[in-house]
Amino acid sequence: MIITVRKLVKRFGLKTVLRGMDFSVAPGEFVALLGPNGAGKTTFLRILASLSRPTIGQVSIAGYSLPHQAAAVRRRLGVVSHLPLLYGDLTADENLRFFARMYDIPQADKRISDVLEMVGLASRRRDLVRTFSRGMQQRLAIGRAVLHDPEVMLFDEPHTGLDQDACQMLDTVLQEVAARGRTVVMTSHDLARVGDLASRFDILSRGVITSSIQRSEIDPNNLLAYYRQAIAEA
Amino acid sequence: MESKPRMLVILDVITSLLFLTAVGMVFFYAPLEAVMGQVQRVFYFHVANAWVGMLGFMVAAISGIAYLRKGDRKWDIVGLSAIEISFVFFFTAIVSGSIWARGSWGTWWTWDPRLTTAAICELVYAAYFLLRQGIEDPDRRARFGAVYAILSFISVPLTFISIRIFRTIHPVIIGAGGSGAEGSFDMSPRMLHTFIFSLITFSIIFADLLWHRIRLGKLAEEAENLRLKTLQ
Amino acid sequence: MEPISQAEKQLTRKSSAPGFGQFIRAVSAIIWKDLAAELRSRELLSAMLVFALLVILIFNFALELDASTRAAVTAGVLWVTFAFAGTLGLNRSMAMEKDRGCLDGLLLAPVDRSAIYFGKAVGNLIFMLIVEAIVLPVYSVLYSVNLFNPGLLLVILLGSIGYVAVGTLLSSMAVQTRTRDVLLPVLLFPLVIPILIAAVKGSTGFLQGVDSVDIRPWINLLLVYDVIFIAASFMVFDYIVEE
Repeated sequence: MIITVRKLVKRFGLKTVLRGMDFSVAPGEFVALLGPNGAGKTTFLRILASLSRPTIGQVSIAGYSLPHQAAAVRRRLGVVSHLPLLYGDLTADENLRFFARMYDIPQADKRISDVLEMVGLASRRRDLVRTFSRGMQQRLAIGRAVLHDPEVMLFDEPHTGLDQDACQMLDTVLQEVAARGRTVVMTSHDLARVGDLASRFDILSRGVITSSIQRSEIDPNNLLAYYRQAIAEA
Repeated sequence: MESKPRMLVILDVITSLLFLTAVGMVFFYAPLEAVMGQVQRVFYFHVANAWVGMLGFMVAAISGIAYLRKGDRKWDIVGLSAIEISFVFFFTAIVSGSIWARGSWGTWWTWDPRLTTAAICELVYAAYFLLRQGIEDPDRRARFGAVYAILSFISVPLTFISIRIFRTIHPVIIGAGGSGAEGSFDMSPRMLHTFIFSLITFSIIFADLLWHRIRLGKLAEEAENLRLKTLQ
Repeated sequence: MEPISQAEKQLTRKSSAPGFGQFIRAVSAIIWKDLAAELRSRELLSAMLVFALLVILIFNFALELDASTRAAVTAGVLWVTFAFAGTLGLNRSMAMEKDRGCLDGLLLAPVDRSAIYFGKAVGNLIFMLIVEAIVLPVYSVLYSVNLFNPGLLLVILLGSIGYVAVGTLLSSMAVQTRTRDVLLPVLLFPLVIPILIAAVKGSTGFLQGVDSVDIRPWINLLLVYDVIFIAASFMVFDYIVEE
């Protein structure tokens, strides 16, 4: 298991958001984490991303535990949230160069070119990020996230705010990212999209995982029905 | 919800008795000072107040460190309580210092290092409250409060020293008669007794109030907890 | 993926601790990023500069800056200006990270948190020094005062360092609250009073050719403040950014 979460509890002051979650992911799996608003999906992802500390519980990624070995975890993690995490006043190239230096990536020039190629932004590399559309920014954000070739990728509702075309482009990139054998955990509201991408669907409701089902066990067209039923039962 | 612990009840009684005694000593036991007359009596409580204010600040800074290291919410309540109480004590110290200044030199304010530092401390406390007010998440509020309490506590001695040097190189025209309480008169034994007694009394008042305030904080948290439980 | 053997784990664990070289690289990357972004937009510097010049202008009318009083108040006017313009810079610098979630981007990097603190602090210092470097000649010209005094420049440098050390930390806090920009001066000014006093007195001392024996205590105070607050800020920074 490349991600192991055991009895994870997260409290904000007196409010408990995650109540003893158990969660594990095998290498190469693409897990779609679904759930209603306020279920704790973003909180959970932030903990996995080492941006937030667990109140109680054990989390380990790629053999390193959080929060004590957070630096080692971060090296192996790529994160895309719904905010682009990019600097508008720098060009796409400069943004990637900055992150290459922060992640201490060898042969940065070649890597940056490859990544820009992969996300379809090679022609815009010298343009300021603030001139990019939201879809382009998301793609560049993914580029930033894969720059250091992480084993595990976390996506927090990456399709938010994108139109159909942009979503489709994003999906192409996502498929490419997943194809390299990377492990992916993605939260989403967009059931139709994740139906095509994910190999496993987990439901997070009221702070715990209430159901988990493999792609092979379900007809992706019935995903909505499965989701509704799982929520109702919780 | 427990009722007041016995120790606290006893402490309340002791505190009240000490305070009454202290007041009595100030007005009847301590002699009348030759130069300043009745106004001088302000001195006993003035210094005690300021001393307790600083004590509170120290408690807050130490609780801050404890909170950051342990993460136990009770340290946050202790820190907040200490600063709330110090706020009041410093205020009293400033007001009594002002009365003293009026009595000694005829002005309501002097830029004396101690008085000025006390005023700056008040502003720091006000900033502390404003900081806490602007944060929703209780853990973040506690963390930021702890950090600010620590940093501001470190700055106080430096502030005091800088004002001190400022004054010795450029003595202010008003209030050139010295830096406030000490040195402007000699204390007879009875004055000394009253002075020390006041210091002790006020320290105990501080402890008593702190305990009450911490209980209040804990009750508030319990209430909040129950409220959230019923909502969820 | 095969299970990682014990020996391999040991190896990777050692190298997973970021080294000093990487720390320096990260700090310089952050500084370079701030400078590059600012060079493009020039928002920060222009705002700080215009504000600083306006403040000096206002002082001209608010205080009687005739030849005799000028010598006494120059240092004060300059430092009030720097203090206020400084908060603008500090606010903007942190807001830029917070607004687009960039702070998370920085926090995700496998470097020690304090690299972020130092990177931002040095960036803020550079901006403040740039503004000061422009304000000084302008003031010199407007009021026919010679401000090219090495002692004065030293005091300004030391004072700015202390100001920025505390300011960067406090702005990281302020930017995460509801009241944001308004809160920073409220938090900052009580804590930087020692700097303001020492810097103004030290500056005046140098400008008026006072004996160096009398200026020494102020320089010492600035040095002590700088050391204490750089250390304290960098130690608590982690607690400000972690959740």
